[in-house]
Amino acid sequence: MATMTDPPSEGFRISQLIYDTRYRSITIQVVAFILIMAGLVWLVDNTIHNLSVLGKDFNFGFLGQRSGYDINQRLVEYSNNSTHGRAALVGILNTLLVAVLGCITATVLGVIAGVLRLSNNWVISKLMTVYVEGFRNIPLLLWIIVIFAVMTEGTPQPRDFREGGTASMIAFESVAVSNRGIYIPNIVFTRSLGGNETAEVDGATQVVPAAAPVDWFLVLALIVGGVFVARFIERKATATQEATGVRPPGTFWKKLGVIVLPTLILFVILGATLDVPRIGGFNFTGGIQLRNSLIALWFALSLYTGAFIAEIVRGGILAVSKGQTEAAFALGLRPSRTMNLVILPQAMRVIIPPLISQYLNLTKNSSLAIAVGYMDVRSTLGGITINQTGRELEGMLLLGLFYLVTSLVISGALNLYNNSVKLKER
Amino acid sequence: MKRSVFLGTLAAAGLVAGVASAQTLADVQARGELNCGTSTGLAGFSFPDANGEWQGFDVAICRAVAAAVLGDATAVSFTPLTTQTRFTALASGEVDVLARNTTWTFSRDVDLQFEFTGVNYYDGQGFMASRELGVSSALELDGATVCIQTGTTTELNLADYFASNNMSYEPVPIETNAEAQQQYLAGACDVYTTDASGLAATRATFEDPSAHVVLPEIISKEPLGPLVRHGDSQWGDVVRWTLNAMIAAEELGITSANVTDMASAAGDNPEINRLLGTEGELGAMLGLENDWAVNVISQVGNYGEVFERFIGESTPIGLARGLNAQWTDGGLLYSPPFR
Repeated sequence: MATMTDPPSEGFRISQLIYDTRYRSITIQVVAFILIMAGLVWLVDNTIHNLSVLGKDFNFGFLGQRSGYDINQRLVEYSNNSTHGRAALVGILNTLLVAVLGCITATVLGVIAGVLRLSNNWVISKLMTVYVEGFRNIPLLLWIIVIFAVMTEGTPQPRDFREGGTASMIAFESVAVSNRGIYIPNIVFTRSLGGNETAEVDGATQVVPAAAPVDWFLVLALIVGGVFVARFIERKATATQEATGVRPPGTFWKKLGVIVLPTLILFVILGATLDVPRIGGFNFTGGIQLRNSLIALWFALSLYTGAFIAEIVRGGILAVSKGQTEAAFALGLRPSRTMNLVILPQAMRVIIPPLISQYLNLTKNSSLAIAVGYMDVRSTLGGITINQTGRELEGMLLLGLFYLVTSLVISGALNLYNNSVKLKER
Repeated sequence: MKRSVFLGTLAAAGLVAGVASAQTLADVQARGELNCGTSTGLAGFSFPDANGEWQGFDVAICRAVAAAVLGDATAVSFTPLTTQTRFTALASGEVDVLARNTTWTFSRDVDLQFEFTGVNYYDGQGFMASRELGVSSALELDGATVCIQTGTTTELNLADYFASNNMSYEPVPIETNAEAQQQYLAGACDVYTTDASGLAATRATFEDPSAHVVLPEIISKEPLGPLVRHGDSQWGDVVRWTLNAMIAAEELGITSANVTDMASAAGDNPEINRLLGTEGELGAMLGLENDWAVNVISQVGNYGEVFERFIGESTPIGLARGLNAQWTDGGLLYSPPFR
């Protein structure tokens, strides 16, 4: 083409926008952009027009008004005198609670099921196939309702736990499985840092055990500190082993000790006691109530997402070349160590990216809470608040924004983790 | 990207908002069918019968409006709505009228932009508990677990009642009456609270209604009535005067049995004549045929007939007229004159 003479320099013609390949793609993009923007403008204009026809304005002032309704499961202080914004916060925390619990159990279940599905044991691998196919191919909503129905219909009512009733508590009279949920003991402190109230019982003044956030914060701090010290001990032991060939005896117990002992001492100082649930009046009092709605939602989400994660894990393991296993066996590693030290770390690189989308699915699927009356953000902000204030558009926008931000944060965090474990090419 | 997602959400919401027309009457006449929102099932008030036809006290309002507007009480398309979806469905134009035991409150009338067209049942919120529980008053319910339908005035009344009596409770939020019934019978809640009429209706469907007791306290006023969208007064008038026609018909002694007779020629009572269209042009003023009220009464019946047929003392639900008797019998039903 070098022999071609320069094209005659003509001026720009309009037809070039369509027929000249240099400009055509730009033309198409500009036209497409204008059409999309026009569509958006029409939609926004339509919304504003319809809102004004309905006589509604667009404002978020309702978030500051008194809500007037009660929520059963609250992770922060809330009453019917709190605002709608506060109710939304309670819902958000409930959503995050079930999402975090669900992600953890789904991962554990999924990894176990995925590994076992590759087992050479015929019964185990077929059992896992049944689990995976059963949960993957039946809608999540059905599982939530099935588990909830089983828990409601199949467990005794609280009043059956009374004297002479048909039901009794398990685990040394400390745990009650009822159709309103599972009541478990709670740890409370008689010398709480948040202060204790006193009460008159049979003429004597008694301290009412309580638990302030600061108490638990201290416990958490000690445990985290203990873990750091334990890692230091571990490193020192490894260094000694590498230098002398002998691992200092009792390393494991030392590590356990630095984590557990300070916590135990703190418990004694604070005067920790167990607050065991007791049947009284209509319900159990004391202890922690894990409501049926939470358990049903948590279980169903974990089992359902776990089945998908199992397949991802299985795929990840199969993606690691069989030569790796054979090489590990040749070095004399036992099958369990081969899996933990050789196969899984390599499989993780394949597993993480699809795992992210499973976590996102689980978080978004938690909005099915409506089926069992779990008070998540869709039920508070997106349900009762919208219904009581008539702010559908604002409420749904906020709800969408919340799920969007949550999903972006989860995928952002896991992408960071993925970057740290993925194959580094140098 | 976030911005585009935001705009997308806005756009989707905008589409859902739809077109709320101000000419509902013309729309319904052109469509030949009335879109009516009812509850998802409450014995006596709205329930599908053995043939799958919707029946009930609230459903009768829809049928009456259809009879008045279209001359055919069966030309209704029913949309079962939960407490949470009902207002959105009405505001978006999915239904023309909502007859779904809905309480008339200030904020719903003014802030949510609806128009209540009257009261078809004067109710109040009550509690139902198992007889086994041994509770005789709502004031003994401290610490109880209470089943409630979410998105209702019931929810707010309950919070107010327990707070003002210094009692605590555990709410169990539930979506529909059927679910509430199942939870209550399984013992997942001690008490079920809703409008007293709803409690009676729900109890009537139990295997052993006598094992459950409705507590004497009525903790709120719940005037239940049909509602339409704000801003279309003509359509509001049609629904309002259809209900009034049913109430006035009972007062004037017009029943589905004698209405054809009475409408065949002008009688002695001028108000009956005006109502049945043998005198004056009331129907035309509403934009309807002049025999609109005749259609309502002959096809659906007067208020008293509808009450007796679906929820009266001869039915399993067995509600007494009480506040819902005619004003001449000491009740609150009082239709403005047809003049």
